[in-house]
Amino acid sequence: MTLLPAQTNKKLGLVIDLDVCVGCHACVVNCKEWNTGGYGAPLGDVDAYGDNPSGAWLNRIHTFEVTPDDAPAQIVHFPKSCLHCEDAPCVTVCPTGASYKRSEDGIVLVDESMCIGCSLCAWACPYGAREMDPVENVMKKCTLCVDRIYNDNIPEIDRTPACVRTCPANARHFGDFADPNSNVSTMTRERGGYDLMPEMGTKPVNQYLPPRKKSRPEETTEIAPAFVPKAGEGLLGWLDRALEKLG
Amino acid sequence: MHPAISVIFFTVTSGAGFGLMTMIGLGFPMHNGIVAAFLSYLLGGGLAVAGLLSSTFHLGHPERAWRALSQWRSSWLSREGVIAIITLLLFAVYALIWMFTGQRIAPLGWAVAAGSLLTVYATSMIYAQLKTVPNWHSKLTPFCYLAFSIASGLLLAGMIGKATLILGLPTPTIIVIALGIAWIIKSVWWRRADTIGFSQTGSNTGTATGLGHLGKVRLLEKPHSGENYLTHEMVHQIGRKHALKLRAIAYILGGIIPVIMCTFALFITPVFFLLIAAISMIIGLFAERWLFFAEAKHAVSLYY
Ligand code: SF4
Ligand code: SF4
Ligand code: SF4
Repeated sequence: MTLLPAQTNKKLGLVIDLDVCVGCHACVVNCKEWNTGGYGAPLGDVDAYGDNPSGAWLNRIHTFEVTPDDAPAQIVHFPKSCLHCEDAPCVTVCPTGASYKRSEDGIVLVDESMCIGCSLCAWACPYGAREMDPVENVMKKCTLCVDRIYNDNIPEIDRTPACVRTCPANARHFGDFADPNSNVSTMTRERGGYDLMPEMGTKPVNQYLPPRKKSRPEETTEIAPAFVPKAGEGLLGWLDRALEKLG
Repeated sequence: MHPAISVIFFTVTSGAGFGLMTMIGLGFPMHNGIVAAFLSYLLGGGLAVAGLLSSTFHLGHPERAWRALSQWRSSWLSREGVIAIITLLLFAVYALIWMFTGQRIAPLGWAVAAGSLLTVYATSMIYAQLKTVPNWHSKLTPFCYLAFSIASGLLLAGMIGKATLILGLPTPTIIVIALGIAWIIKSVWWRRADTIGFSQTGSNTGTATGLGHLGKVRLLEKPHSGENYLTHEMVHQIGRKHALKLRAIAYILGGIIPVIMCTFALFITPVFFLLIAAISMIIGLFAERWLFFAEAKHAVSLYY
């Protein structure tokens, strides 16, 4: 059914913290690994060890350079997977009903057995979150690891998306945005989480946390240094004063 | 966007086929008799069907194409399929009655004409609905598709029909007017496309990453060193290289030569010259449709 649900009970999604992502691609690899054995057909590759390898990935890391007018450039690693949009244009364009948004938790999925591989949904997504599988010829996209998060057969600690579970920097967080007190809602509130391309009207669920303000050499920083060398008291203080006196 | 040959072929030929069906449905004077009626039916329906079949070639799973008829409530692609099939069925009934009784049932013909135009409109809306592709996301897009469909349908009808006067004007003159209108709309469309960029939504790499407020944003590293589905399908750039030349070819083959041929057709052997006009126009429209895809930029290119 490609009409969007009027509302969803939960709004499951990810918070991606651009301040701490180190661009290691661990989530990319773990996403591919999990989703090759999980939901739907394996994620295909062509010419994987040849000159011109390509394949379907549900999560990709871009790296951007941001240059302020008056400061040196900074590097931002930018993970991107489906944002599970509330007004998902990829769903309504689908002619077959293969693409749908779940009313219970808002996850956007593709029923691969119904997909005719027309590509229209990938055209409708502004974020490039959908990729055609080069082997199975069906549309692939992030499933929010629907086969992990509700999976009673794996330890509780693993019932979170593969990319979130694996991130060594803790740059990805999973939770329910419909609950104002959830981890993801709190983070978004406190760190100024934002939508990608809000002007496209897709109302993405996933939120991005901006890089924290960088200190600049000429500025006194807001954040106090963790350790201020202080040599007023004790043995060190006496040594300091004594050495000072020596000139 | 990647210009897929099957889709280019589909939009041009089924546009022409449904255009011809529109004309026949509206009562364009045709030769009578079972063979003439059958051949008219074959040309209109055949072009439409050939186009629709070709469009299934770019599908990953053509054998499931029937499923595309199910989501007409939200999807223009689905609507297109449903309306096309209903229209083709109505046209088959219309043609059968015409072949065997010599009667062309007017109300049924009008239904065929309306269905044909709706099909072409639905085709155009598949593209025009996409906010992600500003070149296409315009009210002008359906006008282009409809105008080209009507002009090519009129040209084909003029070629196989027996009308010498339409609305009081010689048939070739009417065709020239239809061609002129279509190409004027297309030039307006092109002029808009040349300047639109992503200004419609105001998107840029800054809004795509949300980092624009920090400074100038540029891509430093792609996710993978090679190409991927997205860059191939939506960040396609090869077609843009010869854009101006192809536009000239489209204007000449699709507009100027047919107009000259129509002028000849006013005086001598109309069928022959209209046939040349039709072939030239179809080739011109292939160039025009190639550019429709190749020149269109997708929002995802802001990430690449
Ligand atoms: S990010 Fe793209 S694929 Fe995912 S829901 Fe939004 S529009 Fe659809
Ligand atoms: S590619 Fe599959 S999921 Fe996407 S619009 Fe076509 S049928 Fe639907
Ligand atoms: S939630 Fe799962 S499918 Fe989606 S990007 Fe993360 S690992 Fe991949």
